[in-house]
Amino acid sequence: MSRTAIIEWASGIYEDLEFTTVRQWLADHPGRKACGYLPVYAPREVIHAAGMLPVGIHGSGNIEIIRGDAFYQSYICHLPRSIVEFAQSGRLDMLSAVLFPSTCDVIRNLSGMWQILFPDMYVRYLDLPQVADPALGTEFWRRELEVVRRELGRVAGVEVTDARLRASIALYNEVRAIIRQLYALRSEKPWQVPTEELYLLMRAGELVGPEVFLEKAREYLTAAQSDDQRVRDRTRVIITGSFCEQPPLGLIKTIERAGCYIVDDDFLAGNRFLTGDVSLEADPTTALAEALVKGAVKTSVLYEPDPEGKRNLMKNRVAAARADGIIFAAASFCDPALLDRPMLRDGAEKAGIPCIAFKFAENSGQFQQFREQAGTFSDSIKLWGDA
Amino acid sequence: MVIQKEMIAEHYERLERAPQTGEPVVYTFVPGNLTELIRSFGCLPLLPEINALQSGMRGKSRDYIAEAEKHGHSEDVCTYVKCDIGMALAGNIGPTGTKLPKPDLLLLSYTGCYTFMKWFELLREQYDCPCVFLHVPYQGDGVIEPEHREYMVKQIRELVIPALEKISGRKYDEDALRERLQLSVQAEDDLVWVLESAKNTPSPIDAYFGAVYYVGPIFSAFRGTAEGVAYYQALRREVQERLDAGLGPVAPAGPLDNQKYRLVVEGPPNWTHFREFWQMFADEGAVVVASTYSKVGGTYDFGFRHNPADPLGTLGDYCAGCYTNHNLPNRIDMLCQYLRDYKADGFLINSVKSCNSFSAGQLMILREVEKRTGLPGGFIESDLVDPRYFSAANIKNRLESYLQMVEARRAGGSREARAS
Repeated sequence: MSRTAIIEWASGIYEDLEFTTVRQWLADHPGRKACGYLPVYAPREVIHAAGMLPVGIHGSGNIEIIRGDAFYQSYICHLPRSIVEFAQSGRLDMLSAVLFPSTCDVIRNLSGMWQILFPDMYVRYLDLPQVADPALGTEFWRRELEVVRRELGRVAGVEVTDARLRASIALYNEVRAIIRQLYALRSEKPWQVPTEELYLLMRAGELVGPEVFLEKAREYLTAAQSDDQRVRDRTRVIITGSFCEQPPLGLIKTIERAGCYIVDDDFLAGNRFLTGDVSLEADPTTALAEALVKGAVKTSVLYEPDPEGKRNLMKNRVAAARADGIIFAAASFCDPALLDRPMLRDGAEKAGIPCIAFKFAENSGQFQQFREQAGTFSDSIKLWGDA
Repeated sequence: MVIQKEMIAEHYERLERAPQTGEPVVYTFVPGNLTELIRSFGCLPLLPEINALQSGMRGKSRDYIAEAEKHGHSEDVCTYVKCDIGMALAGNIGPTGTKLPKPDLLLLSYTGCYTFMKWFELLREQYDCPCVFLHVPYQGDGVIEPEHREYMVKQIRELVIPALEKISGRKYDEDALRERLQLSVQAEDDLVWVLESAKNTPSPIDAYFGAVYYVGPIFSAFRGTAEGVAYYQALRREVQERLDAGLGPVAPAGPLDNQKYRLVVEGPPNWTHFREFWQMFADEGAVVVASTYSKVGGTYDFGFRHNPADPLGTLGDYCAGCYTNHNLPNRIDMLCQYLRDYKADGFLINSVKSCNSFSAGQLMILREVEKRTGLPGGFIESDLVDPRYFSAANIKNRLESYLQMVEARRAGGSREARAS
């Protein structure tokens, strides 16, 4: 498949508000089931090992909200509105289970709402381990994973054996590896991997099985490596704060077209939440638990035990990505991102890193202000960056 | 009220003297506070939420919030946090006018509120002091799972206690903790008696506006203390006297003896216009007979008591049982039970912008409770301590409309009863 064809395929999945891919998968796999998960992190390996299709539920800015607003006050972010809209309009009826990670109180409370709205669906709130002690955290998370493993197995009618789980872990190690390669190439040669394309590919990966994603991602990587694109005079920026509610694609395009190369981001952060491979040697549940406790990405949804952690995080990310500046782009009313921002920005500015900040909603439709902000930011760095 | 004022003033004076007396100061939160444990090490608890709400009541929060926003804090996030940070930036003068000490330890009891985590990460930046994290699992399935309880006990034993030993220089004394827990039980019994006195008609208390005073000592620094026990004994006597005399509570503008409406309220109050808000209810003859906010520091009326025989386990149970650590189905059940047990005419939700832990899902709670009980629900919006979000005319209008609806339902009910 050509690069263009892959992006068209991914774009089709992104724009489809009916989850046709998921329905088709269920039709093609009689007797199998699908399990949804909300942002940011859910153990997809366990879902996959139960023979279920992991389905990322990320909301959408493109769906007309009719019922969703009746569930939320004006000061709550947009994400749960579109998710409730999907659910209430029957678009998520094909799911047999949904996992709600402890991302924030809005997603937490949505788990309870789901229990009432869909009493026949399996619902589990995933309390990620926050404690600083690795042994305690691993023990806690391992037990939570065991519950999910057992319960999803019951829903799917499958015994999730160690062998099954280990095989799924191995598959997702490959997924993580290809994503790391794509991100590394984008950081190295951002002109070869426009973030618009990378994002669409990642977004499709939330709705197709890992096997399909791997195939497409490998093809895309090969094409992107060999496809010589014109290098433009742009500023290298990191986008941070968009790990849960996703920005509209137009916003991502706008930032790049305003004169920036996005060289690192936290879009759809769940697919990079575990920073390394999960061991295939140990007991698989313990291995998954340890991978999170010892190797989770630094993010607003987990407690930062290191007092220097917040101060240094953006400095380290900028150095790793050789970025020129940071755009703090958080969804309106996003507690995790907005409460973290003063700490992260303070650390970045003390390190002399240029920063700007704005808020968006997944249904933001006007990009002019973002274009002007990002464009001015880029120009200011190019003009006075070394001054 | 007088006793409580004296207790609080004395506590804040002690806090102010702490740098000289050497008493270690532990910042912690109301839900899931480990006051008995903190006190057993000779440490003084200080609760930033209490400071924030007091700042709101004293008209200081607007400037504090503005100060925090000037320093990069978003207008979208919790105003308790911004009020607290603004207060610190403005010199850290506490609600009683005394200078607040820096924390020797931040005890981050992560119970029922995501923002707590960020709040103490922010304070750690500000004070450059140690922070110990107690992860209290949420009751996602509506129960405290045995493994979660064990996890909490291990954390208290292996992380919290060593941190307290380090700052206090004292060894953990389980007998001292048991003694304090025994005192807690006495105060808890009396508090529950006071709250349940609202089952009487007329109610001798207001279980929302009045209850925030009643729960003050037990939710903050005085659980597990002799002063706390004495306070609740005195409170119980006072409420008993009112009950015997057939008197209602005393609202800001006077006694509320003519009680036309008995309401249940969900959600925290607004603090910047607290008296005005309360008086709106009193003007209409509405008394609140039960509230969920008065359970954020413990759901004692559902049977929980600290258990001195199992000192660490009971602290875990306490933390996990605070109101906002319950899932939505549990919260709905509680409201339905209050409506039934307190023979209420209906319920009101005060939805505050600052608190997603409370607010996210409240519109569904409204519909679900109405559906299950057949009683009318009302919905008003304000904020905790940001005066910009308190629109008196709007709230008064909604409250009046709601009470008209209650009246109409009553009339309809009477007609139906007559017809049958």
